[in-house]
Amino acid sequence: MSSNTTPRVIRCALPSSLAAYHDFIQQVLELLGEAQWQTADLFGVHMALEESINNAIRHGNKEDPAKLVHVECQISEDRFWAKICDEGEGYDPKAVPDCCSPENLEVPGGRGLTLICAYMTSVKYSECGKCLTLEKIRTPSPKAD
Amino acid sequence: MGAMRRIDVSESANVSVVRFKDQKIIDPEAIQELGQELFDLVEKEDRKKLVLNFSNVEFLSSAALGKLITFEKKSKRRDAELILTNISPEIYQVFAITNLDKLFQIKDSEADALLFCRRSFLFADG
Repeated sequence: MSSNTTPRVIRCALPSSLAAYHDFIQQVLELLGEAQWQTADLFGVHMALEESINNAIRHGNKEDPAKLVHVECQISEDRFWAKICDEGEGYDPKAVPDCCSPENLEVPGGRGLTLICAYMTSVKYSECGKCLTLEKIRTPSPKAD
Repeated sequence: MGAMRRIDVSESANVSVVRFKDQKIIDPEAIQELGQELFDLVEKEDRKKLVLNFSNVEFLSSAALGKLITFEKKSKRRDAELILTNISPEIYQVFAITNLDKLFQIKDSEADALLFCRRSFLFADG
């Protein structure tokens, strides 16, 4: 496995509809599959993209049909990178309550960000919370004896 | 009750066993329907013992988790017992990351869940 391969780049401007981005995610997962990524890592990338695009549409653009969600993904054999930007007003991710604390355990919402952070190697906000950058370093395959 | 689009329900000794029809629970409309079909089981049909079998589920979003949490609250309010079972390692990890493995009662297999329900039924009867 080489880390010097040029990454495949895929860009898309998605409408602010919760029913309109799953084909895009599927396309990204297929490219990762072609790059021999394993099922567990694909699950994590799927989760991070699902939750981050969903958040951008619902919380960022507030499902405004006049606004788009801009996504760029870079895919290589050992690294997945994505930047997801909405056209909303931004927010402070630190203000999101901790979904895992006992007092919030029965609150139905607020788990997306926790899942994104758990599955990605690094997660960074920019543009006042309007952009989210994800990076996942591929989990090394177990060595055969 | 009309045909259900998102779940199959069968009965086993007073326990309702629920299986999900969708392998990926992500579509917002499907999640809405799923929630309503689950809620009806305790609110309209007054079922008291429910086993949710996840053997068919390969992926679910946080929105789906939200519906399950609401279902758990509604079940508790109606005094219904709810057990989750046959959860794949990937899906179990989602529950663990979000601490929901502490909110829900989870058993490895449907047989374990049914046994647990029957034991608690016997215990309740004294």
